[in-house]
Amino acid sequence: MAPEPFLGDVERTPVTHHILSVLVENKAGVLARIAGLFARRGFNIYSLAVAPSEGQARFSRVTIVVDAESAPLEQIVGQLNKLINVVEIKDIAPKDALERELLLATVSVDNENRGRVLGLVESAGASIVDVDADSLTLMLAGTPRACDELERSLEGFAEVELHRTGRVALPRLTKSEEN
Amino acid sequence: MKLTGAQALIKSLEQEGVEIIFGLPGGAILPVYDPIRDSSIRHVLVRHEQGAGHMAEGYALATGKPGVAMVTSGPGATNIVTPIANAHMDSTPLVVITGQVASASIGTDAFQECDITGITMGITKHNFLITHADEIPRVVASAFYIATTGRPGPVLIDFPKDIAQSEMEWWYPESIEEYDLLGYKPEIILDQSSIDEAVALISQAERPVLYVGGGTLKSNASQQLIAFAERTKMPVVTTLMARGAFPDSHPQHLGMPGMHGTYSAVTAIQKSDLLISLGARFDDRVTGKISAFAAGAKIIHVDIDPAEFNKVKVATVAVRSDIATALAAFDAAKAMPKNLDPWWEVLTGWREKYPLVYAPTDDPALLRPQEIIEAIAAASKPGTIVSSGVGQHQMWASHFWKFEEPRTWINSGGAGTMGFGVPAAIGAKAAMPDRDVWCIDGDGCFQMTAQEIVTATSEGFPIKVAILNNAYLGMVRQWQEMFYEERFSEVFLDADLPDYVKWAESMGAVGLRARTIEEMHEAIRQANEINDRTVVIDFRTPASEKVFPMVAAGASNDDIMVHPLQEVKN
Ligand SMILES: Cc1ncc(C[n+]2csc(CCOP(=O)(O)OP(=O)(O)O)c2C)c(N)n1
Ligand SMILES: [Mg+2]
Repeated sequence: MAPEPFLGDVERTPVTHHILSVLVENKAGVLARIAGLFARRGFNIYSLAVAPSEGQARFSRVTIVVDAESAPLEQIVGQLNKLINVVEIKDIAPKDALERELLLATVSVDNENRGRVLGLVESAGASIVDVDADSLTLMLAGTPRACDELERSLEGFAEVELHRTGRVALPRLTKSEEN
Repeated sequence: MKLTGAQALIKSLEQEGVEIIFGLPGGAILPVYDPIRDSSIRHVLVRHEQGAGHMAEGYALATGKPGVAMVTSGPGATNIVTPIANAHMDSTPLVVITGQVASASIGTDAFQECDITGITMGITKHNFLITHADEIPRVVASAFYIATTGRPGPVLIDFPKDIAQSEMEWWYPESIEEYDLLGYKPEIILDQSSIDEAVALISQAERPVLYVGGGTLKSNASQQLIAFAERTKMPVVTTLMARGAFPDSHPQHLGMPGMHGTYSAVTAIQKSDLLISLGARFDDRVTGKISAFAAGAKIIHVDIDPAEFNKVKVATVAVRSDIATALAAFDAAKAMPKNLDPWWEVLTGWREKYPLVYAPTDDPALLRPQEIIEAIAAASKPGTIVSSGVGQHQMWASHFWKFEEPRTWINSGGAGTMGFGVPAAIGAKAAMPDRDVWCIDGDGCFQMTAQEIVTATSEGFPIKVAILNNAYLGMVRQWQEMFYEERFSEVFLDADLPDYVKWAESMGAVGLRARTIEEMHEAIRQANEINDRTVVIDFRTPASEKVFPMVAAGASNDDIMVHPLQEVKN
């Protein structure tokens, strides 16, 4: 009998994760260069978020959560730095990072579970952004942990379509705040 | 001044001082082949695009200048992928121009379309797809700048046909600022504290070794290295990529380290207390089993590329610098190890006990590959350039040729590309027409790129090729003999098929054959007399000959196997 296909180690945020905030030139193929580098060097990307940066059309900011277990951070940064289109790399240690992520989820609701969903929305600090007769879409902008928790809470519901953006981060202004 | 994109490309190459382009035209690059006719740049028409790439590498390795190759889109571009990968592994500066289908056709699976920038992303230092004719000067200037600065490497420019045909107003960047390379800053400010730490480590060292890699050649630091080694009395090993960076005749030279390194070079590293890496990268063919490599040594790692630090071995001190600058800083700080007399006593003992040797053949008239190389070397002028393919003959060439000058050894190291030898020799000859260029080749390698001898003949680049014809893919045969219980599998080539002499002659070269020592000397003499045609000598050598010393793949360098003649029987 054929073995189960190997799906990788499915886990949430790796314990040794690090956040790289990478400013890149907005040139064709730069994302492929970054993704290709990670793939060929065996560095794991946990999440990736990209958007045009700082109001300047010529740059994008790529926020990469890397698994520093897969390779020493120094190697990842060193190799990334060699990409000609990479302008600047900020490495933010998790304890110094203000990390946020957006979660959107559409949940089927009926009279029976509507109350439970609304309760979850309330206690998670999420908001309802769309509704129709038998489903509603909720949104949470929060810490990755809060998103993890909400995702877990929604696991019990029958039909859920859930998307997360991957996180963005900035260095904390005050380094002591609990996350 | 209005120029077409094609004219602008050629003019930009002229601006960069390009003297020679190796290439082969086709549909997508056709517009560029028109202005070449009017250019001062010489174009060499190859017979296969792989040849163009390796010729450009040979040119670059012999001169230190970037090699340039130009090919068409699709299969022309994919045919040059191997040389690009090879140059990437060996940090050889190349600029490769590929034709591309018209911009509007990109992404439509057009005739001879292929995503060459995608294919070569991981094997170039950078690549460009030109999107506007105005950008041509900037891209070309940037490509040469990137290829030749910092850690050198190949840069590819993909050039759509419509852009070659469109018009632009000629301009050329006047300064680096105009290159628009915000993310590329190769200038280095030497961190003096790293030098101070290194000098402090050196002052404690009793058993140091200078582990010299290809970066020393790239940095043109040979003279400085000699002076530094002589002042400090430290022993030197030169990797396969660095042969020639330090004279083989120098009494402080222990030879090449690694899987087929000399006993004294390999063991000196193993027993060292300080390893000073100068532009080397701890390649697995040098380190063997990493945890057992130089286990008792502190490491000073000097490299221009900080991504090399701690990649394989953790450096005690990392010095980010080109080698010439770092050596100058070590000298300025009067770096000096402890008294090395006791260390030299040990080293000399190893060297005397385990020199490079080879066994006599059963019939003394027959040829041993090692003595062919020694005979060619002995009959060659100083400054003769040697290229090789990949295999046993390559290791023997590295061992038995005595390299005295930088840039006389043209070789495929990191990629180990069979077929490199002949075209690379042609590229070196094109760069250095007054030097003799020998290619020490294997019969297997020769068959991969021999067609370029046609190029050598038609373009007037007479090289000398010594095929060490052992009728086998010898290096693979050696592994099968030693590690697969002599179960030879798909390694036999047949010494008489092809007929190398006839093949050479059909390509306009002189073909010679040598089976005995007498014939060997006669063939070498003739080859050295013929300077207007390529000469190919089919030297018949025994298949059973093996390369020693050897460290088995994945084994510790402590378990080096010396030549059977030297095995201690006790
Ligand atoms: C393109 C390529 N294919 C395969 C190999 C694997 N390989 C390494 S050495 C070798 C044998 C080379 O044979 P030959 O040129 O006759 O040299 P010899 O070892 O006999 O001196 C082979 C097949 C390689 N290095 N490069
Ligand atoms: Mg052979």
